[in-house]
Amino acid sequence: MTTTNTWWTRAALGAAAALALGGAAQAQETLKIGLLATLEGPFAAPGQDGMRGADLALKQKNGMAGGKKIEFVKVSSDATPDKAVSATRKAVEQDKVPIMIGPLSGDEGIAVKNYAKTQPGVTFINGSSGAQGATLVDPAPNFYRFNTEGAQWMVGLGEHALAKGYKKVYLVAEDYGFPYSQVQGFMASYCAKGGKVVDKAWVPLGTKDYASVIAKVPKDIDALLVVLGGSDAVNFLTQYEQAGGDKPMIGGSITVDQTVLNFKGKRRESLLGTASAGPMADSIDTAEWKKFVADYKANFKDGFPSPSLFAYLYYINTKAALDALDTVKGDLGNGQKAYRDALQKTNFNGPAGPIKIDENRNAVGTTYITEVTKAPDGSFYNKVVRSVPDISETLGLSDAEFKKMGLGSRDVPDCRK
Amino acid sequence: MSAARWRRAMNTGAARTSHLPATKGRANVRLVGLPPHPVVVPGDSRGRRTLALLVTPRYLVVLIALLVYPLIASPFFTYQIGAQSLGLGLIALSLTFLGGYGGMVSLAQMTVAGIAGYLVAIFGTSSAAAISLGWAWPVAVLFAVAIATLAATAIGWLSVRTEGIYTIMITLAIGVAFFYLAQQNYTLFNGFQGFNKVFAPSIGGLDFREAVPFYYLALGCALAGYFLVRLLVRAPFGLALQGIRDNPRRMNSLGFAVTAHRVAAYAVAGLMAAIGGVLMVWYNNRISPGTLNTGAMINILIIAVLGGMRHPIGAFLGAIVFVLLQNFAIDLVDRERFNLVIGGVFLAIVLFSPDGLLGLWALVRARLGRGRPLHSNPRRQRS
Repeated sequence: MTTTNTWWTRAALGAAAALALGGAAQAQETLKIGLLATLEGPFAAPGQDGMRGADLALKQKNGMAGGKKIEFVKVSSDATPDKAVSATRKAVEQDKVPIMIGPLSGDEGIAVKNYAKTQPGVTFINGSSGAQGATLVDPAPNFYRFNTEGAQWMVGLGEHALAKGYKKVYLVAEDYGFPYSQVQGFMASYCAKGGKVVDKAWVPLGTKDYASVIAKVPKDIDALLVVLGGSDAVNFLTQYEQAGGDKPMIGGSITVDQTVLNFKGKRRESLLGTASAGPMADSIDTAEWKKFVADYKANFKDGFPSPSLFAYLYYINTKAALDALDTVKGDLGNGQKAYRDALQKTNFNGPAGPIKIDENRNAVGTTYITEVTKAPDGSFYNKVVRSVPDISETLGLSDAEFKKMGLGSRDVPDCRK
Repeated sequence: MSAARWRRAMNTGAARTSHLPATKGRANVRLVGLPPHPVVVPGDSRGRRTLALLVTPRYLVVLIALLVYPLIASPFFTYQIGAQSLGLGLIALSLTFLGGYGGMVSLAQMTVAGIAGYLVAIFGTSSAAAISLGWAWPVAVLFAVAIATLAATAIGWLSVRTEGIYTIMITLAIGVAFFYLAQQNYTLFNGFQGFNKVFAPSIGGLDFREAVPFYYLALGCALAGYFLVRLLVRAPFGLALQGIRDNPRRMNSLGFAVTAHRVAAYAVAGLMAAIGGVLMVWYNNRISPGTLNTGAMINILIIAVLGGMRHPIGAFLGAIVFVLLQNFAIDLVDRERFNLVIGGVFLAIVLFSPDGLLGLWALVRARLGRGRPLHSNPRRQRS
């Protein structure tokens, strides 16, 4: 009897509480924003850090934007485009989010851009995807990208390599969209200024055995251009060392990361001076960057020692989305016209340089050229040697010149001789 | 030869079974697909009797529910939940047919579906204009399904010489090999990026890219597949197949070509998987190696096992539960833990009911006292 009574009392109380909460929620309007990252599959850890970046942007605004409480509707993919579109569709069509942030990886970005065209009433903002095709080819009018992409990240590295005296390089890169873009970003200026890429070795993603690639490395080159990521980079380095290779290296944006810097082989010292480039670097010496790192560390005890590339990219894209909401005071009416105008006019100082976009809704931003340097405590880090501001998606070329070169692929650009 | 002999034997046998169920002489051939209490119209022609056996009143209820569903559900539930479940269910059905009635568990069914999907992109139109041939869609689909079915037959021909776990291993190997081929070949499969913008056609103003028309298209294909399996398992070929599943040596000594029957089963399953693959490429508007990786291959097995392999409807039940979980588990548990919910539900279903959802259903009916054997053979019925 007592139990029954308690049960009824609880139910009544619960119902009353629910009503009261409902009332409160009406008083303070909530706006849902979809947030897609890879919480499964090979990019689960980067995806998680991407979400941290988005959470951080919202926390800095105390969970509010445009006078409304912001609620993230989180969805996940496993880095396959199919899953990215399914997850996006769920957030957009089922949870009815008016703004969608994501995805993480390049080919997902192209798939989501294609889906965006079928949902003109929703605004899509990139997460950290960096494929050229998402904004250069057949862009969607409602897809925005506030981060620069793979090719832009390598601009300036070509000149830097020439300045170091590397006139002939041999390329080893993974065989998919992102490295194509990276290599194009490097070669566009490198080839124009007289550098030669004598041959290209495209290896499948996840290659374990590099013996055949290493055997083909010519004797008379000045350096290796290595655009590999994660375990592929470590495997290549180890095997190149064992085979007695001694050429200096130039790295892609995700090649010389912490896993590679912690590499314990005999050749570790030879990593010193390895040049690479990217949209951010751990050692940027500005107040904005230091505040960003401090905020990240304070908010996420379970996070990385320093925000990853993905946390940074999700952060700036989310911040742009929320700032524009503030500008229009939460007004998403009239097919989000005012909101999209505000997005287009975005211009703020991000942690690693100004954030603004071009007429294709892709960022025009800063790239950092770094070199591996030894810290006083003996650990290795990427020291910023130079920053290149205002890089457009056409890599500083005119539209006509860029069109003539075409998008980066296995054979484009080419300067063997 | 053997099929004709079997047909003669079964014609007399089938007539007998409708009056005298579980005749001793036919006990080792189980009529799995047969509803236990068929509506038999006396003195009817054979065709109408078959129809009456297949379509009972509860079928009409389910059919009407399926037809009305898109009119009351949101476009999201029509497309992403409804149509995707039907497409995946059709691919899983091909595995149910092979595994449940033929005793051959093939992991390569997603590969067959993927081959069909890729061929639609290669023969038809896609974003990769340098590769796609731009044929009209009926021709592209016809060739895609035909070649994928041939490929399935070849896979079958290769793997029927193995049993049990070895069949799983060899089909897994074929699937993984095709995955790497698709990922690393650029002249035909466009490598890692695959094909974008592979759109469903529009016929006479009916655009199959829209949620509701596509749902009905998927429903039509799924129903065709379902009734094909229902008919086939009662036909002499299906009965012989089930005989081979239970005792291949005995069937061999009775004069049946065991290998031929098994390869034919792969061909039929391949046809269903290929049509499912065409549906899935239209559903996703794209295909890339990720569509048919090991995870996707195993998902098909999960769907089939989850639903239960004793009856063709299991594949679709499994697909519905699978798709719902994939979409909504993340709402139940925050962040990266949601895969735990998906895994937990799968584990619970398989743990408490080895026959999947169908087994649970039979269990509930048995508890309610209206139970009757799920299976015509009491030996295989869960107690």
